[in-house]
Amino acid sequence: MSSEAMDNARAADRLREGDRARQAPPSAGAKKLGGMVGWVDDRLGPAKGVNYLMKKVFPDHWSFMLGEIAMYSMIICLLTGVFLTFWFVPSASHVPYDGSYLPLKGVHMSEAYASSLNISFDIKGGLLIRQMHHWAALMFIVALSAHMLRVFFTGAFRKPRELNWIIGCVLSMLALVEGFAGYSLPDDLLSGTGIRAAQGFMLSAPVIGSYLAYIVFGGDFPGEAIIPRLYGVHVLLLPALLIGLFTAHIVMVAVQKHTQYPGPGRTNENVVGFPVMPVYAAKAGGFFFIVFGFTALLASLVQINSIWVYGPYDPSAVTAGSQPDWYMGFADGALRLFPGWFEFTVFGYTLSLNVAIGALMLIPVMYGIMAAYPFIEAWVTGDKREHHLLDRPRNQPTRTALGVAALTFYGVLMFAAGNDIMAIKLHMSINDITYFFRVAVFVLPVIAFWVTRRIALSLQRADRNLVLHGRETGRIVRTGEGRFFEAHEPLDEFSRWKLVGFERQAPLELTAGTDAHGVANQSAKHAKLRQRLSRFYFGHHVDPVTPTELAAAHHDGPAHEAIGAGEGAHAGAH
Amino acid sequence: MNALARHRRHPAAIALLLLLGLIVTGTAYSALAPKAATAAVATADQVTEGHQLFLTNCATCHGTGALGTDKGPNLAGVGAAAVDFQMNTGRMPMAGPGVQAPRNVVTYTQEQISAIAAYVASLAPGPAVPDAALTSGENGNAGTGGMIFRTNCSMCHNSAFAGGALTRGKYAPKLHEMDGKIIYEAMLTGPQSMPVFNDTNLSPQAKADVIAYLKSMHEEGNPGGMALGSLGPVPEGLVAWIFGLGLLIGGAYWLGQKGA
Amino acid sequence: MTNYEFPDANSPGVVRLDDGHSPAEGTLPAVFENPGLPPHVHRMSDESERGAKRAEKQVAGLFGLSMVGTLLALFAYFAFPTDHRSWIPGLGTVSTINLLLGVGIGLGLLGIGLGAVHWAKTLMPDHETVEMRHPMRSSDDARAEFVDVMRSGGEKSQLFRRPLIKASLGGAMALFSLPLLVQLIGSMGPLPRNRLSVTFWDGPLENAEDALGGYEHRTFQPVRLVTDPEGLEIKAADVTIGSVYHILPKGLLELEENMLEEKAKAAVLLMRLDPTDFKSTEGGRKALEWSYNGIVAYSKICTHVGCPVGLYERTTHHLLCPCHQSTFDVTDDCKVIFGPAKRALPQLKITVDAEGYLVAAQPFMEPVGPSFWERES
Repeated sequence: MSSEAMDNARAADRLREGDRARQAPPSAGAKKLGGMVGWVDDRLGPAKGVNYLMKKVFPDHWSFMLGEIAMYSMIICLLTGVFLTFWFVPSASHVPYDGSYLPLKGVHMSEAYASSLNISFDIKGGLLIRQMHHWAALMFIVALSAHMLRVFFTGAFRKPRELNWIIGCVLSMLALVEGFAGYSLPDDLLSGTGIRAAQGFMLSAPVIGSYLAYIVFGGDFPGEAIIPRLYGVHVLLLPALLIGLFTAHIVMVAVQKHTQYPGPGRTNENVVGFPVMPVYAAKAGGFFFIVFGFTALLASLVQINSIWVYGPYDPSAVTAGSQPDWYMGFADGALRLFPGWFEFTVFGYTLSLNVAIGALMLIPVMYGIMAAYPFIEAWVTGDKREHHLLDRPRNQPTRTALGVAALTFYGVLMFAAGNDIMAIKLHMSINDITYFFRVAVFVLPVIAFWVTRRIALSLQRADRNLVLHGRETGRIVRTGEGRFFEAHEPLDEFSRWKLVGFERQAPLELTAGTDAHGVANQSAKHAKLRQRLSRFYFGHHVDPVTPTELAAAHHDGPAHEAIGAGEGAHAGAH
Repeated sequence: MNALARHRRHPAAIALLLLLGLIVTGTAYSALAPKAATAAVATADQVTEGHQLFLTNCATCHGTGALGTDKGPNLAGVGAAAVDFQMNTGRMPMAGPGVQAPRNVVTYTQEQISAIAAYVASLAPGPAVPDAALTSGENGNAGTGGMIFRTNCSMCHNSAFAGGALTRGKYAPKLHEMDGKIIYEAMLTGPQSMPVFNDTNLSPQAKADVIAYLKSMHEEGNPGGMALGSLGPVPEGLVAWIFGLGLLIGGAYWLGQKGA
Repeated sequence: MTNYEFPDANSPGVVRLDDGHSPAEGTLPAVFENPGLPPHVHRMSDESERGAKRAEKQVAGLFGLSMVGTLLALFAYFAFPTDHRSWIPGLGTVSTINLLLGVGIGLGLLGIGLGAVHWAKTLMPDHETVEMRHPMRSSDDARAEFVDVMRSGGEKSQLFRRPLIKASLGGAMALFSLPLLVQLIGSMGPLPRNRLSVTFWDGPLENAEDALGGYEHRTFQPVRLVTDPEGLEIKAADVTIGSVYHILPKGLLELEENMLEEKAKAAVLLMRLDPTDFKSTEGGRKALEWSYNGIVAYSKICTHVGCPVGLYERTTHHLLCPCHQSTFDVTDDCKVIFGPAKRALPQLKITVDAEGYLVAAQPFMEPVGPSFWERES
């Protein structure tokens, strides 16, 4: 393995002839393995595997660090979470508060809430740890969402990485549940209202609703069971699942090697970047400290989830601006937008779809579609090859537009959950905002799809233009005949490759959808659907510039760049 | 004792006694029943001055007799507390038409406001301007006040006092840095969309408790750092996305760039 | 400028330069070829020892900053009590220890991180390394061997030749998890029975929790309305028009057990309207009939997902839920006029007793709170 890697490394060096060789001299430490490490290697032999890992190459790009931000935030959550378990009491038993926070002195509250106040006001540095935990949790889900978007828009989910995409989807969904469970634990008025609503969600489940709610809550709402149960889920069950899946996620990245953006020297068969030892060990390790330090700064400067302000949970009290944390916002927004007439009475039974769709079905359906997307796209495009080079989003106009449309749908729902905050901050009617969102949730994704695809195609055309006619220099040249044109400077081959190094796309061409007797058969129907979808995907496309076209453009000379010649001029050639 | 006996028949004694009796009963009455009309202690001059001010500043909407027009409600019976609240928060006179009179700059002196209040209170009995002992926040129990606040107030005004949306563009205003007297008067008179919390609903002591809670919350500040407008998870999510992710991506970008 | 002739884009030999695609022509290849890695550009620290020295100092400076931050954090921990507050411009009145401890720890960590990355960027090799990929799939031989191993294993175990074992193993595997599932689901909570349909207004719970098979037995008697949270009884005469009272049944606040559970179902909002304000609809008439002189009581638990509907606008007589903005019209029997709730808030019929105190005339006549499958609507 390692000698092969060495060969490959040499092959790559050949790509950079004339460059100064930078072979590190054999290091003084490379004598023999002794001491503790030698002792371990004698017994387990990890040296080989570690060598392999340390030589692994990772490509450099800022967008590849989004997943790392998520990973580090999760680690910060685990660390600070362990701290919090030392003081938090997951119990709903009621006690009078006797801590140092005066506005709640003597108020009866659950032990969970009292201990959260204790962490915030009486444990030295406890508030900082609590705030770091909450900020890291928000950043975890923010970063993993951004990471998912990066993976989607660059096509990194394609074969062979579909499985890892699915694991990522499950991780993301579990993270939402983990976040909600943690948000609910302090048993303050805001999170208690969230649990109250969650019980309403469960009740809305057709047929089994009330049984489900009584099982989960161990009886009537709120009961004393839900806090300890959520605690077990939050600190044991879900972290174990998250860590397990996350480990699989990372191992798969290592086995499949990281994808890379297209560029000079980067092919579908190689990966160009820096080895773990020493560069990525320092960069990624350093980045962990950066994320950790940033979280600490954020937690010291910006207050989060001020549970002492909300007060203890009381089922007859509520606060204006009752919102879940941002990642549950889209589901809450869906609940706000559903009109009440989605509740039906069927044969004397109540079917509460106004709640069940937004609260129970939205999340699984959304994640189901997300997990299925790689397979849908592969079927439509008929692409069964391995892909290790990423797509620039503009070069996949339809996928990019689909993604932006889905994101718009999600965004409308998420902003709908803040309709009351918008109403007071923008001095608008909450009813008008809600009506607007009810329409927008259907209309805006369609507009977003169309606009995004146009923009992607235009960017591709701009790329073509740049390749064909070079960079505008801003230098105006006057010809002998008195005409003016702007001098353009052709791209060098490396910059050009970034703009032309992608595949030409075309819809699937299928043969006639009838069998020998002219009868449409079942598979032909599928084929027809597939062709239609394929046309939808690839019907609009801009092809990469070919050498022939570039030669033709150059042949035309500067005359064709006459100012004001317009689009039509590009079509002329000999 | 002798001196008192000597002056007992002095012509001024009756007036003095009458005055004393008025002060005692007046004080006792206002202490025991704070919703008593201020007319009892307002002077006739004040009422006259108030009427003049009313005619020039308020009568356009509320009518010359303060009995209301289609532009403004009848003010008979709203009491001095309502006038004191509306004018001391700049809500009245209203700058322009709208679903709700917003808080505004106060352009009248306390004397002018008190005069108008005295005039309005003279029309029909209504709640009086509360006693400072109840509105200072010093004689209340913050813990009890918090419980009352969370049941009766936070659903509109937000438990962090940030205010909240009502239907069709109306809103419950935020309660940051509010004067205790203003809070008390708002509870007592129920301005605009707000319901009335009279003294049998929330006793004067309960109102004082609420004010004590607001004060003690204000004194606690925002120990965790910047409060983000006290609007809860929405701004927190925005900070995480824009500020948090933005800066960390900046870091990642720097990390991925080739060294100079 | 216009004296150009544009050839027809479809005529042969024309290379389209807009979105089109021109295949190979003559000696030119069909597509561009990957030019390979661009030439390596050296950094300042590669070029001169001075540059490298400067980078070294910068890295050491960042590590030094880290140590300063850590010391600051330690100092803050011991120097300030938890209740010490400082006013900081832009932040407000904040906890001193939270601020300084966090800034110290933050700098301590950031210094290490920034230093390490700067070190990697300036002094560690920045030659790109190329690693080749290999197809993910195993070789054909390995795949064939895999099939062999599995099949021969299956054969050696005689699994397919012993249908009895196959069937019984299948049965055992299918069943073993059942008791675990039954235990989990069966022991997590009681059956709902009638619990979602009764409240403290029906009377206090009279039987032990597990008696009567989980059905709750309660006997109604006219119970006085008291304020939440103070527990004061209310005289009808004291309720002025425009007032709103947050109400609980008398006795609930004194419960030793299940107080919150009872409260979660029994919370009521009491409002007084001018009797002429009620709509002359069927609902409005019923609401007035169940009121006492315009004093109406409605369940405060939203029929959507159960948040307390407490936002009463006394001018419009609308009740708004702060969670999902369901809006109810008090003048029309609290029917939904906006938002995601479907059903009107249940009304509590009230009257006064001999001493003039408000009492419940009857319990709620339908389940309060969110909809569920078996509620009768």
